[in-house]
Amino acid sequence: MSLAIVDYYEPWWIQIIKGIIVFAVGLQIVPLVLLGERKLLGRFQGRYGPNRVGPYGLIQPLADILKLLGKEQSRPTTSVGPLYIIAPVISIMTAVATFAIIPFGDAPHIFGTRVGLYGIDVSIGPLYIFALSAIAFYGLMLGGWASGSKYSFLGAMRAAAQLISYEVSQGLALVGVLITAGTLSLTGIVHAQRGMWYIVPQLAGFIIFMVAAFAETNRAPFDLAEADAELVGGYNTEYGGGRFASYYFAEYLNVVVVSGVATTLFLGGWMIPGWHGQWAWTDPFVVLIKMTLFVIFFVWIRATLPRLRYDQLMSFGWKVLLPLATLNLLVTAIVVVAVHK
Amino acid sequence: MSAASWSPGEDQIEVQRAPEPGGAGGAYRAFGETLRGLKTTFARVIEGVNTIQYPEQKVAVYPRFRGRHKLHRFEESGLEKCVGCSLCAAACPSDCIRVVAAENTPEVRVSAGERYAAVYEINMSRCIFCGYCEVACPFDAITMGHDYELSDYNRGDLIFTKEMLLAEPVDSSPLRAEGE
Repeated sequence: MSLAIVDYYEPWWIQIIKGIIVFAVGLQIVPLVLLGERKLLGRFQGRYGPNRVGPYGLIQPLADILKLLGKEQSRPTTSVGPLYIIAPVISIMTAVATFAIIPFGDAPHIFGTRVGLYGIDVSIGPLYIFALSAIAFYGLMLGGWASGSKYSFLGAMRAAAQLISYEVSQGLALVGVLITAGTLSLTGIVHAQRGMWYIVPQLAGFIIFMVAAFAETNRAPFDLAEADAELVGGYNTEYGGGRFASYYFAEYLNVVVVSGVATTLFLGGWMIPGWHGQWAWTDPFVVLIKMTLFVIFFVWIRATLPRLRYDQLMSFGWKVLLPLATLNLLVTAIVVVAVHK
Repeated sequence: MSAASWSPGEDQIEVQRAPEPGGAGGAYRAFGETLRGLKTTFARVIEGVNTIQYPEQKVAVYPRFRGRHKLHRFEESGLEKCVGCSLCAAACPSDCIRVVAAENTPEVRVSAGERYAAVYEINMSRCIFCGYCEVACPFDAITMGHDYELSDYNRGDLIFTKEMLLAEPVDSSPLRAEGE
């Protein structure tokens, strides 16, 4: 298994610019996803969605965010101060950090030097994603525990059990892709999909990955950690104002990031089948369009499926998803070995 | 089924139960049902929206819709129909009507009867729009109108005086046509 081959050097100022752009793009995408979700959810339910604030309701997310930021920062007397404050920070930090490794294109020549259109091309791509999503879980867990409220604590416990259960299946589903591509570098995986997107040979892996992704991002139908009908708000019950906005932001950024990862691993990143050309300025837009399709799919699922019961979630994760992921990995490994012989 | 021809077990019907949930079969069925659900929700997108954009568009009310009250005058003479009998106030279950009657004099003739309502107030923040006042009125002096946009910034502004009730209401609510 070869690691990422970095055969060029980026000057420090390019790296700083890239860091700013990644962060800025992340910050810009989330309000759009917020608005897009509410609009789409409305359409799926036979209504318009927000259409009063600004033309077609376009500045609704701005109004939402300003409202949240303008609120008083209060905290319960039973909360554990430092942890209560740091928990949303962990959530948002890990989400943005994961966003950094999603490749939006190859490394073209810009400003007389080669610039990779990604924050960083780590040689352990998927491992980096899993490491950060494991840390992101501390954001939910600490937030729920440090709030000193029963609802928050229940939400946090659910989040913990859910993330641990589904991360296993998600990881196994990804290993199929890694075996097929023979590399851990995300750009390397995209390059390996030049001929065919991995959604075709790894269809089972893709479905398992998507199901686990819904659980990992705490989205419907796996939104038990913040089941508003049972737990008020789950782990973020006691949060308000900017801290709640941070949680909210992290959740939607996670959706974007998972969409990006799925695009990279299964939909060939910036590759279009039958097009073997060099780098083009359209590449980042191809990635963005594919990510948008995933986000729309996330909303579509949310509009369709009711929330699972807790025991259903657990038995589905361990009894169905995990054996399927293992089987998929096994078959992939056998096929790859047989083909390479 | 008559009692004579009844035989035990004949009236039992086989109820089809769903297959046991769980397992690989359950997951397979759940996947199929999920696809069916996705189709259902997407059909709503194709169908288009069913909402009415309220302040711009309004639902037409039926002729017997019970909205804001109206007090009436006789068309020919212009005299008020209300004679200040307070039957509406007595019928009102939420006790929101206040009537103070006064005698008509030959110089000041307000209503067609002996007396007239010197004060006639309806507290709209208490009214439940049951229409009993309309039923109780022996002279059809008070009827329920069609206006339903009654919100205000002060509670005091929701006490409607006789002048406000007598005035032709700004008809802000469209009326449903015959047979609509």
